[in-house]
Amino acid sequence: MSHLVLRQVTKEYGAVRVLHCIDLEVGNGEFVVFVGPSGCGKSTLLRTIAGLERASSGEIRLDDRLVNDVSAADRGLAMVFQSYALYPHMSVRQNLAFGLENSRMPRDEIDRRVTEAAKMLLIEPLLNRKPRQLSGGQRQRVAIGRAIVRRPGIFLLDEPLSNLDAELRVVMRAELAALHKRLSATMIYVTHDQTEAMTLADRIVVLRDGRIEQVGTPLDLYNNPANRFVAGFIGSPRMNFIEAETIPIAGGVGVQVNGKQQRLPHLDLAPGSKIVLGIRPHSATVTEIDQGTIPLELTLVEQLGAETILHGKTDRGEIFTVSAPGQGRFSMGERIGIALPPEDLHVFNAEGQALPRG
Amino acid sequence: MSALSTFLLRRRGGTGWHWTDVLSYIWLALGLFLMFGPVLWLVVSSFKTPANLAEFPPTFMPLDAQVAQVQGYEQPLPLFRVTLDDGSEKILAQVRRVGIMAQMVDPENPGTVIRVPIDKRTPVRAVNLATENYAEPLQQFDFLRYFQNSIFVTVMATLITLVVNSMAAFALSKYEFKGRAAVLGIILATLMVPLSVIVVPLYLVVNSLNLFDTLWGVILPTVATPTGVFLLRQYMLTIPDELIDAARMDKASEWQIYWRIVLPLAAPALAVLAIFSVMWRWNDFLWPLIVLSRKEHYTLQVGLNAFSGELNVQWHFVLAMTVLSIVPVALIFLFLQRYITAGIANTGLK
Repeated sequence: MSHLVLRQVTKEYGAVRVLHCIDLEVGNGEFVVFVGPSGCGKSTLLRTIAGLERASSGEIRLDDRLVNDVSAADRGLAMVFQSYALYPHMSVRQNLAFGLENSRMPRDEIDRRVTEAAKMLLIEPLLNRKPRQLSGGQRQRVAIGRAIVRRPGIFLLDEPLSNLDAELRVVMRAELAALHKRLSATMIYVTHDQTEAMTLADRIVVLRDGRIEQVGTPLDLYNNPANRFVAGFIGSPRMNFIEAETIPIAGGVGVQVNGKQQRLPHLDLAPGSKIVLGIRPHSATVTEIDQGTIPLELTLVEQLGAETILHGKTDRGEIFTVSAPGQGRFSMGERIGIALPPEDLHVFNAEGQALPRG
Repeated sequence: MSALSTFLLRRRGGTGWHWTDVLSYIWLALGLFLMFGPVLWLVVSSFKTPANLAEFPPTFMPLDAQVAQVQGYEQPLPLFRVTLDDGSEKILAQVRRVGIMAQMVDPENPGTVIRVPIDKRTPVRAVNLATENYAEPLQQFDFLRYFQNSIFVTVMATLITLVVNSMAAFALSKYEFKGRAAVLGIILATLMVPLSVIVVPLYLVVNSLNLFDTLWGVILPTVATPTGVFLLRQYMLTIPDELIDAARMDKASEWQIYWRIVLPLAAPALAVLAIFSVMWRWNDFLWPLIVLSRKEHYTLQVGLNAFSGELNVQWHFVLAMTVLSIVPVALIFLFLQRYITAGIANTGLK
């Protein structure tokens, strides 16, 4: 278990800056997930922590030790790679033992640790097989096992589940969560899948274009996104956004949407400001066409059984998604009304920053 | 037997002959003839006597004139099938030939000499393997010595080639450094410099290193090959970088990464290079000829050269020893051809 602190870490490839002044603290035993669209620098950040890439500037501290100039081998971390990176010419046992042999551990200690990890991950019967004789899920376990035997300060996991099929991914996700609890290890996990992030993380770090957009617990990010990007990235289906302009209305400030007035949660806004309203599909409600704030023409109806996801277009051409509970009877091309409960509205200024709720 | 015939007569669809089947078989037969015709000719000819070799038109099989010991003559006399004046055929032994007439005797009745025009007689010959072509040089010449030298040069040069070239290829494929492309370019550019251009400077270097007339003088200048570096580099590029990162996380030193991860994974390419290197070094002639001067240091190819004198080439010995010298390479091909084809396909080289 280790404590990791990043201070103003940047990474440049030539003139291209891929990480901008990253400040982050990861506590003992924490499960932190880096999430962001591809190309946001999350893997680079992980590799910089691992020591596989050198930080261009800034400080990386592990347990208060500055490790910028410490090689990957000596940082005491372990990494699970997206492709698993199992050594194809070695048996599972040799794969697990390779790192321990390199640190000149006595043979019986190596055997003990390998057996222990194999037991924990249920790969004992596979120890003498070669990686190519394993299924994707089994390879995944071996890759995790290779990290476990090292007893690393921090586990670094680089999109470890992205090569598995959907069903197996859910299973492995649960196993990873259980493993984290059991080892009470510090883990840093990189993914582009916000569902994975939401289900696994103690804290989520949302990255975009090499910058940290927001850090917080999954529900914190869901309920109080700091900006439009985080609001759109976290939560599925994604949040709807409607551009609007504030107007004064009776008892506060509101907006005019499609000719109808919509009350806003109390906000300190001058009338006439350009804002963006955000509402999650599960918060908006379906009404009769003449009662809702927004009329919607349905373009796609997804019947999921427990709920119905309705995709539609507003009269201004904005795409809007709403979830109706149960199995409603909707048809494509039908026009419905959408009501926006004021207490569930997120309001962003023109720059995309969230405005504090009053 | 039926398994063999099904194997030999395999066709596309299984039944009936499609025209592409016919074409394939013609093509393959042509290839077989082109590839193995010369080898077969070499092997058959290596069993011919010098006289048989010098004949024109040549015979395919090694034929030898039949001789008979005839009473009253010290030397064995060659036998001829003769058509006599009365039209009957008889086998006679030739005593001597004078102009267009030959003096012959009947082996059963050696008293009377019969004069026969030479166009009325044809030699009696039978297939005879002249194994003395092999036996004599093995006894008289230091063939085994040359053979040992050749094996030493080939094995050592190949081992060093593999180690040196794979290290260069590892650096050029897995490390980012300034001028990497330039270094690779320079290495590849040396492909365009033929041996004959650098032979004099190379000789001077070898001489001043006191390697002249030693086997190491043959081995060392040949071990760094641009072809080998390029072939291995191309293969190593296909080894995922994540494996090397994983090894680094596993506390492996750079040497361990090379020795325990990259080398085993590059085995198919190493096999290809090993085969190439064995063939190159085994067949090397010019450079060993220049470096080696004492006979006991000769490699096989240089030793074979000793059979060709200034005025007289002992073809029967040259052919026989050539057969022996291609046996090791042929054996290597036989057992490793799976790696050769797979490796060449994988490395994208020809």
